[in-house]
Parts: sequence; structure tokens; C-alpha cells
Amino acid sequence: MKTPLAVIVLAALLPLLAGEYYINLASQIVIFAVFAASINLLLGYGGLATLGHAAYLGVAAYLSAFLYLKLQLAHWAIAPLALIGTTLMAGVFGLVALRATGLGFLMLTLALSQVLWGTAYRWVSVTDGDNGLRGLARPMPFGINMNEAMPFYYFVLVIGVFAIWMMARFVSSPFGATLRGTRDQPRRMSALGYDVWLIRWITFIYAGFWGAVSGLLFVYYHKYIHPVSLSLANSAEGLLAVIAGGSGTLAGPIVGAAIVLLLKNWASAYIERWNMLLGFVFVFIVVLMPEGVVPGVKRLWQRRSASRG
Amino acid sequence: MSFTRRRFIQAAGAAATAAAFPAAAQAEPIRLGLVTVKTGPLASGGIDMERALTQYLKERNDTLAGRKVELLVADGGGVPAQTRTKIQELVERDRIHLMIGPLDTASALAADDYIRQAQLLTLSVAAAEDMTQRKPNPWFTRGTSTSSQSAMPLADYAAKQLKYKRMAVIADDIAYGHEMCAGFMRVFEDAGGKVVQRMFPPLTVPDYGTYLAQLKTNIDSIFLGFAGSNGFRFLRQMNEYGLIKKMAPIGGMTALDEAVLRNMGDEALGIITSCWYSAEIDNPINQKFASSFRSQWKYDPGFYAAATYTEAAVLEATLNQIKGRVEDKPAFMKAVRSVKVDSCRGPVSFDQYGNVVGNVYIRRVVRKEGRLVNSVIHTYPNVSQFWTYKPEEFLKNPVYSRDWPPAKNLES
Repeated sequence: MKTPLAVIVLAALLPLLAGEYYINLASQIVIFAVFAASINLLLGYGGLATLGHAAYLGVAAYLSAFLYLKLQLAHWAIAPLALIGTTLMAGVFGLVALRATGLGFLMLTLALSQVLWGTAYRWVSVTDGDNGLRGLARPMPFGINMNEAMPFYYFVLVIGVFAIWMMARFVSSPFGATLRGTRDQPRRMSALGYDVWLIRWITFIYAGFWGAVSGLLFVYYHKYIHPVSLSLANSAEGLLAVIAGGSGTLAGPIVGAAIVLLLKNWASAYIERWNMLLGFVFVFIVVLMPEGVVPGVKRLWQRRSASRG
Repeated sequence: MSFTRRRFIQAAGAAATAAAFPAAAQAEPIRLGLVTVKTGPLASGGIDMERALTQYLKERNDTLAGRKVELLVADGGGVPAQTRTKIQELVERDRIHLMIGPLDTASALAADDYIRQAQLLTLSVAAAEDMTQRKPNPWFTRGTSTSSQSAMPLADYAAKQLKYKRMAVIADDIAYGHEMCAGFMRVFEDAGGKVVQRMFPPLTVPDYGTYLAQLKTNIDSIFLGFAGSNGFRFLRQMNEYGLIKKMAPIGGMTALDEAVLRNMGDEALGIITSCWYSAEIDNPINQKFASSFRSQWKYDPGFYAAATYTEAAVLEATLNQIKGRVEDKPAFMKAVRSVKVDSCRGPVSFDQYGNVVGNVYIRRVVRKEGRLVNSVIHTYPNVSQFWTYKPEEFLKNPVYSRDWPPAKNLES
């Protein structure tokens, strides 16, 4: 329990040390980490590689933006509606996508999210198409003005820590153990009397729910939503973060999210061809630590202390 | 340059004064952010933006209105969320005073509320109509044009000078393409013409064959609302299908931009397009700009290069008016709306919504000194974003889109 606590304390102290820009960057990392962690539930613990997870982020964001702009509801009413709506959608998508596993599952999730992406582009009366929905505002819980970087960061951090804790509880529960069982030995699990499909479906919905939470935070942060958030590129980036950080570990998605966003936003200010750097870093990770940064570093560390002791 | 002792003493004195009074705002350089695109499909235009702006500043010895200008360039990649983060970085970390950019419409819209929140002085290049129409942003001005600002005069020209009656329109399936086609169609049909066919291929369609096969043959011409290299690819295929000889296409402001024209062959000859700029405009500022740009980079400046060069001229004129005090933001925005500048694109002024009023040129592709150029054949002076419509009535309608104005004359 020591390391997670230390990380949270450090994260909470960050605004005292860093400027506004870095606080905003940290907010984005936390949001992306929640998104990546929800992918990790499927990929790391369920063995289900998805290329359509941006659907939940995007739909929750679009629902929130639509309800706010066109129906002019209040944020406290919008947030549950957006989450419920997106979770229901995850349930339906799960019915379709979980008819397959492996590559079939990958293609089905991809297809479903592409449908949404196309809809967001085309259904101009609802989504404003390529212009995106803008003119949004951040919520004001307890009357705190969240337009400043620092209060918003703490808001995101509290929700982010809660989300990741909830996901950690999920995978460490007995249910999580059965989920890992379906990943490693689906036939045996089936023979033991577990309903493999149902376990996957519940996980799929749970992952969709937390994807929706990250979508809400995303739209609060940007106050803008564009179809690009629903695109394949966005799903793939999340998947990449999980793989780079280490799938099937708790810290992996967080580290992966930090790597991707730091390279994308911070390193690109200094290096013109930052896409290339991004590529090199991923090649480097895959070659040296194919299991991801977090397990890789842990392994190197253990080897070092073993050779010493 | 001889550096005499007296000059040295003067300089040293000035430096000492500046050091002694660090609070004097004038001593600090103006930090100018350029938010452009240097990676991805829009990169060639984005790099032109940087080149032209650098050239402008170099010609002024990096000094505008007596203050040094420090240029900070950021690459948004044409991705809205990333561009927004880049702008935040420039504002919050580098403390820029003002920004030129972003390049693409979606990024400008994504940054809209942040520009309001940070009160960031913005001289934009993106064509998003509503940024200066129904939801005008008080910190935003645009010295280039809205999407349809150049297309509407072309529609007028097509109906009245070229006497076209029946036309097809084709454009990229993005807001920019929709807005351009909508403006074209409205003016063309108000002048008595009919748009009988309309197509929106995806931005990244690999092949236009299926669209060319659908194209009607009983029309006078087709309007091309393409951006980037798509106009080039479409024309080449149109030529392969032997269609160019049957109907001479006409194009919007980016369809035959100088940046793609240099890669074309004789198939482009004679094609008429409209834009607020051409490297061939005959004024002293443009002659100087175009020739030195050409000698440095071996190609003609086009839309994007002229965009930042124009914005820089607007910036300089505004700074001169407020004596370089860029820190006074309301004064800057007030000045920029009242400024009148002679720029490479001709005289430029602004309407109350922050959008440019300037010439729009009808151009024809001809061969000159061995290369293809957009030669100016007609000038529409002082075109506003509302064309000849009344602003109030114009703004009562929805923003130009796929669905508005409704296409009444499409034939299936």
C-alpha cells in the first residue's frame, strides 16, 4: 500500500511546485490514465484487446455536451444521465462484440466505434459535425470555480484516484480472479461451471462505465468535443498507453498515459519530429521490456537487488 | 557599419537604463506565438506559414513598433485537443502576448473558449465561419477570409461573366468544404443559376474515380472546393478521364493553391479560381514578398504563406497605432478593428465582427516563365464575409453547412 499512497501524495503536492501549464498537463494525464485503466480491465485482465474504447469516452462527452447545450440541463443532472446512457450502450455493444474473442472481438469493437465516429461526423443537427460542440462550461461543485487550473486538477485527481481504486478493487475481488481465469483458461473455467460470457460481459460494461467517466472529465477539461475523440486514433492511443505501461498491472496504464501525453505535448515543444521519437520510444519499450514499462522496470530492479544480495 | 565610441556609450547607456528600470514594459520583447501544423496532411501549408512569418520578421529586423519580437512556434498537428494543449503551453508557460493561428477550422473552434478565458489576442488563419459571425469571439480577428468569402464572388463571376447556368459542386467532406459549397450555391442560385449536383467525398478518399463516374455531363462546369493536395489529385484524374476538355472546372481558394500548382501540368491551364491572394498580384509589397520568398524557397508563396505575411502586416500596423503596448489587450483589439493596412493581398480592413474586408481575386492559370501561375483576371474590391447580403439578415440564417442553404435544384 505504500507506493500508491506516495504517488497520490506526490500528485496532490504537484500544484505547489509546478506552474499552470504543468498542472493542466497533469490533469490531462490523470484523465487519460482513467481511460487507459478502463481499457486495461479488458486487455490486461480479460485478455480482450479492444480498438473501440474511444466510443465510451466520446459518447459520454457528446451526451454531456448535447444535454448541456441543447436541453440546457444542469451538470448534476447531466453527469448521471451521460454515465447511465453510455453504460447502457456498453451493455448493448457487449452483446454484439462478445460474440467473438481475439481478432473477431477486436474488429467488432473497431466497427462499432467507427459507426459512432461516422455518426458524429454526419448527424450535424445533433453533433454539429466537423465543427464540434463548443460553448460548454465546467461544473461548479460546492460553488468552486473550476476554470482555474488548480481546483480543476484536484477535482480530476479525486475522481481519478477513486476510479482507479474502484478498478483495482474490481480486479482484486474474487470476481477479478474469475476474470483472470477466463483470460488464461476459458475452457477450464467453463468446465468448472463459470459462465465465461457473462463474466466478460460484466467486465465489458464496467470498463465502459469508467471509459464514460474519463469522457466526462475529458469534456469538462476541454469544454469542447469533436468527432476526432471518437476516432480509431484515440482508441489506439489508449491501447498503446496500456501496452507501453504494462497491461495487467495497476500502475501500467498510469505510467503509459504519462509517457504518451508527455511525449505528445511536452517533448514535441523541443523536438520537431516528435512522432518519430514516439515511435522510437515504443520500439525501445517493446524490444527491452516487451511486458511494458512497469513490469519491466520491476524485473530489472529485482534482478539487480538479487545479484547484490 | 562603423561602431564608434559615441555609439557604444549611447548603447551602453541605454542598456544601463533598461537594467535600472526593469519595470519599463517597452524593454521586454513581444512574445508572438505561431500555432501551426508541421506534421500530418496539412503540414505543407503549416510550414509555409512559418516561413513567411519568419521572412516578415527578418525583413523588419525582428522589431515591430520599436519592440523586439520573439517568435515561438508550436505544432498542433491539426488535432483539436492537441492544438488546444499547445496553445495553453504557449500562454501559460511561455507567456506569449499574442498568437497567430491556428491553421485548421476544427482546432480554432476547439480553442475558442480558451481564447476567451485567457483573453488571448488572436490573429487567425482558420476559416471557421462562426468565429466571426454568430458567436463572435472578442479576442479573435481574421485577416484571411471565411470559408465562403472567396467562393461567393466566384459564384457571382460564374453566373454573370461566364454565363454558367447549370453547375455541379464537389468538396472535401469537412466543415470548410461544406461552408464553401453552401456559400457558392447560395450566390449562384440567387444570380439565376442552378446547382444540379453536389458531392462530398471524404477528405482522405484514395481515388476519385467513382465520383467522376457519377458526374453529370449536361452541366456547364463543376466547382471544386478542395483543400490540401486533393484539388491536384482530383484534377489529374479528371484529366485522365478526358473530362477537363468537356467542362472547364472552376475552383475555390485552396483548390489550385500555388503550393500544389507547382506539381501540376498542362491540364491545369485555363482553370479559373478565386482567392483573396495570388502570388501574381501587382502591388509593390507583394512583388517584394513573392520574389524574395521564391528566391529563398524556389516556389511561389500561396494561401498559407500569404496568410501569415498578411497577419504580420496587420499586427505591425496595430502595434504602431498603440505604440507597441501589446499588454493593453482591449486597446489592441480596438485598434485592430479600426486598422487599415496595405498588405501583400491589397488593402485590408476589418468589420465589427473581427473579420477581414479585402479584395477577392478571380484568377486564371497561365504559364509564365516556364511555371504555372494564378494570373489575376478580375478583382472584386473590398469583399466582406457577408458578400452583398445585409449582415443582420445573413446572421439570422443558420451557419453554412451541408444542410443549409437547402439544395433545391439537385437532379438525381
